[in-house]
Amino acid sequence: MNDMTPIETTLKDWESDQEVRWCPGCGDYAILKAVQRTLPMIGADPKNTVFVSGIGCSSRFPYYVESYGFHTIHGRAPAFATGIKLANPDLDVWLVTGDGDGMSIGGNHTMHVLRRNVNCQIMLFNNEIYGLTKGQYSPTSRTGTNSPTSPVGSVDRPALPCAFALGSGARFIARGYDVSKDLPEVLKAAHAHQGAAFIEIFQNCIVYNKDRFDDFTQKKVADETQVWCNDGEPLLFAKGTKGLALDCDTLSLKVVDVVDGDWKAAGVAVHNVKNRGLAHMLVEMPFGPFPMALGVIYDDPRPTFEGAVVAERAKLIEGKTADLGKLLAKGQTWTVEEKDAAHGLMD
Amino acid sequence: MATITAEHETEASVQDTAPEAVVVRFAGDSGDGMQLTGGQFTLSTALAGNDLATFPDFPAEIRAPQGTLFGVSAFQINFGSQEITTAGDAPDVLVAMNPAALKVNVQALKPGGLVIADTGEFSKRNLDKAKYETNPLEDDSLAKWDVLAFDISALTLEAVKPFGLGNKEALRCKNMWTLGLALWMFDRDRQPLVDWLKNKFAKNPVLADANIAALNAGHAYGETAELAGPLKKLHVDPVPSEPGLYRTITGAEAVSLGLVAGAQLADLPMFFGGYPITPASAILHNLVKMKEFGVTTFQAEDEIAAICAAIGASYAGQLGVTSSSGPGIALKGEAMGLAVMTELPLVIVNSQRGGPSTGLPTKTEQSDLYQAVYGRNGDASLPVVAARSPADAFECAIEACRIAVQFMTPVMLLTDGYIGNASEPWKVPDPASFEPFPVSFLEKNNNPDGNVLPFKRDARGVRPWIKPGTEGLMHRIGGIEKGIDTGNIDYAPQVHQAQTDARKAKVDGVAAAIPPQDVCLGEESGKLAVVGWGSTFGPIHQAVRRARRKGMDVSHIHVRHVWPLPGNLGDLLKGFDKVLVPEMNTGQFKTVLRDQFLVDATPLSKTSGQPFAIAEIEEAIASYFDGVPGHAEGEVPVNETQLPNPEA
Ligand SMILES: Cc1ncc(C[n+]2csc(CCOP(=O)(O)OP(=O)(O)O)c2C)c(N)n1
Ligand code: SF4
Ligand SMILES: [Mg+2]
Repeated sequence: MNDMTPIETTLKDWESDQEVRWCPGCGDYAILKAVQRTLPMIGADPKNTVFVSGIGCSSRFPYYVESYGFHTIHGRAPAFATGIKLANPDLDVWLVTGDGDGMSIGGNHTMHVLRRNVNCQIMLFNNEIYGLTKGQYSPTSRTGTNSPTSPVGSVDRPALPCAFALGSGARFIARGYDVSKDLPEVLKAAHAHQGAAFIEIFQNCIVYNKDRFDDFTQKKVADETQVWCNDGEPLLFAKGTKGLALDCDTLSLKVVDVVDGDWKAAGVAVHNVKNRGLAHMLVEMPFGPFPMALGVIYDDPRPTFEGAVVAERAKLIEGKTADLGKLLAKGQTWTVEEKDAAHGLMD
Repeated sequence: MATITAEHETEASVQDTAPEAVVVRFAGDSGDGMQLTGGQFTLSTALAGNDLATFPDFPAEIRAPQGTLFGVSAFQINFGSQEITTAGDAPDVLVAMNPAALKVNVQALKPGGLVIADTGEFSKRNLDKAKYETNPLEDDSLAKWDVLAFDISALTLEAVKPFGLGNKEALRCKNMWTLGLALWMFDRDRQPLVDWLKNKFAKNPVLADANIAALNAGHAYGETAELAGPLKKLHVDPVPSEPGLYRTITGAEAVSLGLVAGAQLADLPMFFGGYPITPASAILHNLVKMKEFGVTTFQAEDEIAAICAAIGASYAGQLGVTSSSGPGIALKGEAMGLAVMTELPLVIVNSQRGGPSTGLPTKTEQSDLYQAVYGRNGDASLPVVAARSPADAFECAIEACRIAVQFMTPVMLLTDGYIGNASEPWKVPDPASFEPFPVSFLEKNNNPDGNVLPFKRDARGVRPWIKPGTEGLMHRIGGIEKGIDTGNIDYAPQVHQAQTDARKAKVDGVAAAIPPQDVCLGEESGKLAVVGWGSTFGPIHQAVRRARRKGMDVSHIHVRHVWPLPGNLGDLLKGFDKVLVPEMNTGQFKTVLRDQFLVDATPLSKTSGQPFAIAEIEEAIASYFDGVPGHAEGEVPVNETQLPNPEA
């Protein structure tokens, strides 16, 4: 995210000459298209755009975008991105990671890139499985997931990426899913946010965790099971017949029926992207009777890390000049004169 | 900043025959400020124009329980009127601030050496803590040495009384009292210390005055005590050195300055990623204060993030640098492989310490050589440069930067805990005396027939460096094997073969861009070559010098470029009948030499966390020479020029 002059491009301009090698039907294709559709919308400049990824199916992403790209090592993309942004804050950096890459081996770096608030977009492709290594359960897999390493169902409890991100101090949290037509809008908002923007994108791994998100992504259930968070608007779903209200007894959200569109009467809460408490409740909603919260859940910017580093540097170097000769001769020095050097014995 | 002209003068009160070199060890509790005392004594010694080397030796615990044997902190300094290259073997003078310090250090003292002890600390309680059954100052267990025991604690309290400090604070001035005495003994000027104290305690003038009073009292005590006891004033002549401006420098300072200079010579901003670890942290601490030179420092969440951020910065067009010691370097291994694979410049500084695992955090060792040369997955060769001394670390850091940017490769710079903490006089170089090696980035498409070729190699096998942000040169890089020139993913068998060969050839080719190996002492061929690398330089050099004085046909070769090795080193070694490799590990460089040159290199190992003593290496050398008393079974035939050992 930067303040460069917008550049006119088309979706085609963002397609690299590399053959895309995901499995046919993989949700990654749709995400790639959504990103390539978003980039012209935001006036992104290919020469200033850098996609940085870790390792996993999802992390192959940079090869397919006609911009600068760095496919790094497993879990560490946030650290590379931090170095890139500190070296050149003008670059527009997108991070691509998976649930294994970003939550398992790289969980530590995900936490720190968020709390530092490095100005970049972090897209976590959550397919609830390790795709590239052939389908082992991941830190987001639901308990009971059958996989080569959990033949009778996994026993660990999953982590919630958005809750983890909020807990790490993220100032922007959004959710979307691969085939959602609204994904570009979510990405646009992430890009507009100054600071680390965390986007969890549910992604269908057709080979190892097929249709895992059908219970809320399928067309026929979508209305009933998705609540789209729009700042300043009531949290309604099921075509406006249901809403999310605050249960004051338990200090949690509850689903309420809305009669004749009178959401106010039903006590439906109005979404406020700056309300951190609400964001916590929305990302923690136990899917089941509740809908899946999607869209921009939280967006409350704070100064960026690289901005702070630049300011800190300015403070540290105030009044100093870069004179190497002076630096080398710092501290207490003494001079050996010609006459002292002339006598004596050295071997 | 005082600029002092060293003067060579002989005072009436000074001993008649000035010694060539003196070794003093200050030892006390870790809370006694011994490192500070040692550091200030070093400075005044340097200002007096002596050459010197120091060895700070402190416990790993920040605040070890008071008075215990493992809480002893010591600082040794060797200074003299000759070139000094080690901190010295056996001290001539031991200053022991408590029974534990005496117990831990007295056996190292030369027979006939002087012990100065603070009786104020030799209480029953402290004697117990030091596991002394009787007071060594009162029995005859110290008969081998001259002992000067008096109540430094009481004398200090007396001296600082007018300043109204609490008892604890007042006793903290003990180290300055002791320093005052030492300054008197070695005929040193007090003024620089007084200036330093005033500056250090600028916010608290009472403390400054109290410390100065303690310093003066210690000095005055010398004047009076001289008449009675074994205390003698010694004057060590200044060493005749090249004319010019000098300062003292520690290895950590030299590395920091060298990195800054290297980045300036490359005409690049520097990005330094680090995570605190002993003894590497000092470099991060130093660089934070040098940001006006285009330095960005980043305290990462771990060593992995530190190196990854540095690689990210290199990718974005800065000189990425990261630094750690053994355990942290182990964590960085995978990322180093990525830098090898993506062919990005990077400098990795390894301040080695005793290992494996946490090992000996505050002690020195050279046991990460395998890790540096071989320690990554895949064929991931990278150049390795090793500093021999604190001052040498400056040039080595520049050299590491140069190789990294000229060959688009990660380079490892090896120092160790000893080099990092020790200080020595350094002739301040003129920045203009270093040849710049400005970097040029690729600005225009290098492929008339299509997309940019980010992995198109030049004659030396080096790829272009392309900054994101450059118009029209968009491309993707990564850790997966890549096609020739294009850098696009390509796992074809012939491609991996060709790229593996190309990466190896590029690093091997660095050998042509480094100076040929020299012999730093002795002939270019002969009976025995003592081959070292890194901080063993000092003891090897002195041992070889002494052996040569006794007529032994031995040369000292010290290798800076540990990987790739200088092209002529193999032939050079073959000119010697025997090759001895002293190392503070179990023989790692020996293995590299055997492997590269099929020479019969013999190891001389030391892994006690302490640097080699000169005598240890001297003895190993002597064992090669028949006819030397005590070494009748020497392996090498009698050397015609050999002289009888005068000391035997
Ligand atoms: C250090 C390291 N450990 C393990 C691997 C193997 N590995 C590659 S990708 C991956 C998991 C990827 O899962 P995820 O991040 O969810 O990505 P997906 O393939 O599902 O998109 C693993 C374990 C590796 N490449 N590097
Ligand atoms: S394994 Fe799954 S995530 Fe990976 S490419 Fe195939 S479908 Fe996509
Ligand atoms: Mg996954």
